[in-house]
Amino acid sequence: MAYEVNGSAIEHDEEGYITDISAWNEDLAAIIAKDEEVEMTDEHWAIVNFLREYYDEYQIAPAVRVLVKAAKKKFGPEKGNNKYLYELFPYGPAKQACKIAGLPKPTGCV
Amino acid sequence: MADTELEIEGVMKTFTFMNRKAPYGTIYALEVLETVLITAAFEQHANIVFVDDGVYQIKKGHDTGAINMKNFSPTFGIVEMEKEDADEDEDMDMVWRIIVEKESMEARGLTKDDFKLDVEILTSAELADVLDASDCIISG
Repeated sequence: MAYEVNGSAIEHDEEGYITDISAWNEDLAAIIAKDEEVEMTDEHWAIVNFLREYYDEYQIAPAVRVLVKAAKKKFGPEKGNNKYLYELFPYGPAKQACKIAGLPKPTGCV
Repeated sequence: MADTELEIEGVMKTFTFMNRKAPYGTIYALEVLETVLITAAFEQHANIVFVDDGVYQIKKGHDTGAINMKNFSPTFGIVEMEKEDADEDEDMDMVWRIIVEKESMEARGLTKDDFKLDVEILTSAELADVLDASDCIISG
């Protein structure tokens, strides 16, 4: 199973998470987002970029709590909450946003 | 009734995590680390302790290429970040300590500078007091 991005194939697992994190690019993110029926805005990209930076540094996806805190810092207190993240990513900020960001599926529930 | 519930929410306990094993070869180190990160979500006091071969978990310069395993030592950076958050947030009154047992460190020829985290060095006897003051000890 693979995504077709600009003529090259990028492998993914049965749930749509790419298997090689280094194969990610923004065109791929747009394709995954389309499959997920998420319309990417600047705010979506900010979350996706935060996830990638965090993963790059700590080798693990952030807890939702950490993501909420980051959103608060970036977009202001009225957007630093779970509800806002779910508005951006209706199937869950961790799972859906991680998929678009090309990270492995988060293992935990927090 | 409402008062009682509020009181229960306010209880903070001290969790001590004993990291005893080398980072790779068994799953203990990674599992304890994940448990520590989950504990962070509940805003409790935590002591993250490294003893015996566990001190190698936070040694600088892990390279796991030859054993084909993921190097998870960067993830310990989150523990340090949580500790800093706890130190800064005066409202929460939450204490996180990252502790290395002196005897274990010295037996392996290591010093404080070999660790990627800023740790407290405690003797075995001092560590015993920390354990004594803990509500819950999780050993891995």
